[in-house]
Parts: sequence; C-alpha cells; structure tokens
Amino acid sequence: MSTKHAKSATLFIRNREQEQWHNETLWFVRQKRDNMAMRIPEWEDLRELAGKIKMHTVSRLDFYLEMFSSEAERNGITVHWAKDAREHNEIVYSILEKHQVKKLVKSKSMLTEECLLNPYLIEKGIEVVESDLGERILQLMGEHPSHIVMPAIHKKREEVGKLFEEKMDSEKGNSDPTYLTHTARRYLRREFLTADAAMTGANFGVAQTGEVVVCTNEGNADMGTSLCKLHIVSMGIEKIVPDLKSLGVFTRLLARSATGQPSTTYTSHYRKPKEGGEMHIVIVDNGRSEIKGDSEHVQTLKCIRCGACMNTCPVYRRSGGYSYTYFIPGPVGINLGMLKCPGKYYDNVSACSLCYSCNNVCPVKIDLADQIYRWRQNLDSLRKADRTKKLMSKGMKFLFTRPALYRTVLKMAPAINYLPRIFVYNKLNAWGYGRELPRFAGESFTSMWKKGKIRKTNKQ
Amino acid sequence: MKIGLFIPCYVNAIYPDVGIATYKLLDYFGLDIDYPVNQTCCGQPMANAGFENEALTLAKNFDEMFGRYDYVVAPSASCTAFVKFNYPSILDSNHPCRTGGKIYDVCEFIHDIVKPAKLPGRFPHKVSVHNSCHGVRELRLSSASELNIPRYSKLKDLLSLVEGIEVFEPAKVDECCGFGGMFSIEEPAVSVCMGEDKVKNHIAAGAEYITGADSSCLMHLQGIVERNKLPVKFIHIVQILASGL
Repeated sequence: MSTKHAKSATLFIRNREQEQWHNETLWFVRQKRDNMAMRIPEWEDLRELAGKIKMHTVSRLDFYLEMFSSEAERNGITVHWAKDAREHNEIVYSILEKHQVKKLVKSKSMLTEECLLNPYLIEKGIEVVESDLGERILQLMGEHPSHIVMPAIHKKREEVGKLFEEKMDSEKGNSDPTYLTHTARRYLRREFLTADAAMTGANFGVAQTGEVVVCTNEGNADMGTSLCKLHIVSMGIEKIVPDLKSLGVFTRLLARSATGQPSTTYTSHYRKPKEGGEMHIVIVDNGRSEIKGDSEHVQTLKCIRCGACMNTCPVYRRSGGYSYTYFIPGPVGINLGMLKCPGKYYDNVSACSLCYSCNNVCPVKIDLADQIYRWRQNLDSLRKADRTKKLMSKGMKFLFTRPALYRTVLKMAPAINYLPRIFVYNKLNAWGYGRELPRFAGESFTSMWKKGKIRKTNKQ
Repeated sequence: MKIGLFIPCYVNAIYPDVGIATYKLLDYFGLDIDYPVNQTCCGQPMANAGFENEALTLAKNFDEMFGRYDYVVAPSASCTAFVKFNYPSILDSNHPCRTGGKIYDVCEFIHDIVKPAKLPGRFPHKVSVHNSCHGVRELRLSSASELNIPRYSKLKDLLSLVEGIEVFEPAKVDECCGFGGMFSIEEPAVSVCMGEDKVKNHIAAGAEYITGADSSCLMHLQGIVERNKLPVKFIHIVQILASGL
C-alpha cells in the first residue's frame, strides 16, 4: 500500500531530467534565500520576533480583527465577513453583480484558489483574468499552481512559448524569456484597460491603520487597482499584524525567504478607496478559527505563505507540486491539508523524511516537521495508517520488548545473507527498489560482549 | 563517571565494528563503561512511522535500564536525538524521563565532555563528511546551512585530530540523504533519488570514503553504491577516530 503522493512522485522521478531540473531550480532559490539571510546579522532574531508577533496576534485575533475592520471602515472601506468559501464567493459575486462587472482582473491570491472562486465566477458569466504571469500561464493551460509563490515553476520556457504562439499570437519557436514577457505584457495591458473590477489578495492587514499590504514583483496588482474603480480584497483572518512597526519585521523577511530578493519590487499599501470608487475587503475564516484552538497545530496560522519550506524540502523538489493532493504542496501544505480534512488529504503525510530543514528556513518559525510527525501519530486512529508500516512497528515492538528473543534473532539473522536473491529482492521489498540490502554481521555486538570478546584494555 | 553504552539495534546486528570502535575509544580515554545486555531498540522507527504507542514500552525499558548512569553514549546521532527530544513527551508523568538529559552521541560526547587534545589514530585517506539531518538540525553537531549562526562542525574538529586525513564535504552540505526510517520504504522512489544525488555529491567532493555519525544514513547510501557499483567506501566516524587502537 503506497500513498498517492508516493505513486505520483514515482512517475515524476521517472522523467529524471525534468526532476533534476525542477530540483536544481528550486535549490537555486533556496541558495538565493541563504545569501540574503546570511547578510542580515540579526536574521535569527528577526525570525524569532516574527514568530512571536504572529502568535501574539493569533492569540488576540478577535481584538485585532475588530480594530482592523473599524479602522478600515473609518477610511471608507466596506468590510465583509465570510465564514467559509461559499460565503466568500457569494459576497464577491454580489459586489460584482451590483456593479454589473463583466470582466474581473485578479492578482495572485492563494485564498481565492482555496475558495475555488474562479470557476464559481466563470459559471456566473464573469470573465476572470489572472494577471500574475505565472498564474496567467496556468489559467490559459487550464492548470493550477504547483508552488504558492512561483505557480508555474514546473513549466519550461519552451512550453510557455508554444502556449503563447497559440493564445497570444507570438512568433513561432521563440521562447526567449524577455520576448515572452513582453508579449504577455502587451496582451495583459489590453485586459487591464478593459476590466471593470480588480481583485487582490492580501499579504498583510495592519490592524492599527486598517490598511492591506500586497507584495508583487510584476506590478500587476497595482495596474489592476489603478485602472478600475472597484477593488475587492480577499483576506484570511490570520493575515493581521498589529501595527506598522511590526509590519516592518515581516516585509524584511517575506521576499528574502520567498525568492531571495531584499524586497518585492512592489509593496503596495491600500488604505482607502480611490476617489469616486469603492474598496471592499472580504475577511475569510474558512476553518482558520478552528485551528486556533488546536494546540498541536496552531502554529500553522503564523504562515506568511513565502514558500521557503517548499524550496528547501528535498521531497518537494524531487516530486513536484502536483504529487500532493492538497492545493498547497510541501511541508506547510501537508499540514494545512490535514487541518482541512484529514480523511481526504492524509496521502501527503508520507512526503517527509523528517529532515527538519523546513523548520530552519521558516521565517516565522513554524514547527512544520514536528507537526508532520504528530499527524503520523493520528493516522492509525483515522484508519489511514500504512498497513506494512503498522505490521512492521508491531513486529518490532514484539521483538524489542523481549531481550532474550532479540538476542536469538541476532544470532539467526546472518542466515538471511545467504538467501537466494529472488527471496530478498522482489516487489514485497521496497528497500530493494534501487538499493542493496545491508548484510548482517557474523556475530552481533551483544554476543561478543557476552562472550567477553570486548573488554577493557586501557589500564589508566 | 559511569557510562552506559547504548548500541542501537541495527548497529548491533549489522555494524558491530562501530560498537567495538566506540567502546575502544571511550576505553582509551579511561572511562568506566557498562553495557546493559538487555538493551534492544530506542523505538524511533515505530514512532517516526506514526506508532509512538508501540515505542512507549521500549522507552520505559530504556529509561529504566540507562537511568542509573551518569552519561548514556551511543554511536548514532539519530537514536540519540530521539531519546533526547522525544522521550520526555512520550513518557508520561508517572515516569519522568531520566535519560533525555544525559544521552550523547559519541562524537558529541568526545567533543564536548572528553575534549581530547589529540587522538592516536592515523587515517591517510580522503573522506567526505556526511552531515546527517538529526545530527545537524537536532543535536547541532554542526551549524545548519539554513541558519545565520557562526559556522562550526564538531565532526570536522574531531577528524582534524587524526593524522594524515583529508576532509571534504559534499555540495548541498547538509541536505537529507533520503533514508528517513520507514520513509525509505513508504516513498522508495524519492528516497532512492535523494540517496543517488547524495552519493554523487560525496563522490564529486573527491571522497574515497563517506563517513558520518549515523550508520543508518550510511546503510542507505551504501545500498545505493552497491546496486550501482560506484567507486566509494563507507566508514563510521568512530572507526576513523579509533583507527590507532
């Protein structure tokens, strides 16, 4: 019995060239992150502080959310509260409907992915245009993001070139990145100019001032919000930070951790509607407030969605975002999926060698690997534990709680070395997939000790 | 100072020479070593696989057996880290953990407690140090590559006391080798892929030998090397440190 993740990963690795390219590309981002982190002497203090600010905010979330919404309303913003994805989508649609919006231009938002907003709006007859380049590529291909910060990282430029030939009438066979970027830019400009409303996510919501902060590299959020009179923000309740001073801690960490840049090219603060326009913020719970009461997993609410845990994860880099069954992959995705619905997303829990690198890169110090360890402890009670692993664990316990039997087995074990290969290397032995088995020693340490073969020689 | 020697189950059965080298080394420093013969396994394989309940009895037995020593020393960073960091929460309040605070990986013990100025050994070979995840990120045997902290390596410090040795490290200096206990059989494709990459990096560093504080990682990598008939050998770090004994 192997998990869906293990099966998809096997397929991904079968194309070794693609796997290596994916692995090295993301490792390069991890290295860029390291270069940035090593240049800030107070880096580890910043991470510690960021983690504490987030936990403080989460523990007083009602207080800060109220402060945020009343400040935002004082600035003329309309604030909506959505308890789940359905409410979020309905609220967004009702605003669009009221304004007779035909075309909505969006900047990148994982929350709208979570709520499946695009298919909902498209079904209602609204044209939805993703304006982040990676997101746009995937939208045109009919696929979803494989990484939360670099959504189309699994696509090679040749594939993008082909897509643009078909959809944007670009030159045949030209996959030069600059050329493709300019093509997309010209094409997207038409969309910006003809859109009726702009939607953005929110990287941060500042309680003290009621403003939202959106970080992008392409300026696409700003193009949308500058040209449209209607701006809708979709924001999870955990995005709140107390004040502008604490915001500075996170803006120093976010881009450095995410892509190895000192900051994103654009860090836009939206505090009030433009003249003659409207600004709406939809604050979404969708299960988050339940996590607040879960002491083993509450730390996931600190996540600022930088994707650093994915870039460093040796399993993610070698299996790709689509091998995970939850829409957010990698270490944080394993945890968020289990928090969403363990019975549905347990397949991802196997995708971790417990190397703890994710814990070390996380800018807000989430105990990602420890949480995965804890999820594993729950799988058996969910009846989702791997049967082979369970059997092995029970067998090991039986053996290891009986020292005399253990010693007898140690004596007999070397006989396994002489079994014909067919008995040892077959489909039942997953170890034999690419590896030779170790050989048992002729005599165990315990046996030698008992016979007095290991003894004191130093007379000091 | 009384030391309880813990030889993890797989070291006992597959790599007894690692156990012998550990004993010899501690004995060379004039330490009083005892080996409780009823010891078996620390319980990590089951717990990491998701069956901490199957590890509870083992943790209790282990803690009772080794609780009476001043130090518990083991030639395995990963097993040591499991006892140190997981036993306190696995063992309930009826059985407060006694061993968590006094267990050391043998390299950590020699480096931090014994602090030798020299070692008798000579090992005229090129070795590449395998920085295992639990050694680096749990026991902090070296500075983790992700952290902005001063660079150090207790393993390289110890190896530098051995005459004639040339020490190297692979690219992606502390990336996981893909063993991960039962991860290796639940995700064999990823596990083997990680191991193959790791071996490649060690060989590219110029190693005749791959060495480290965890025989489990080395066992996984050796399995890959033997399957693919690659030109590199394996040796546990204590075998190098004890080479003159």
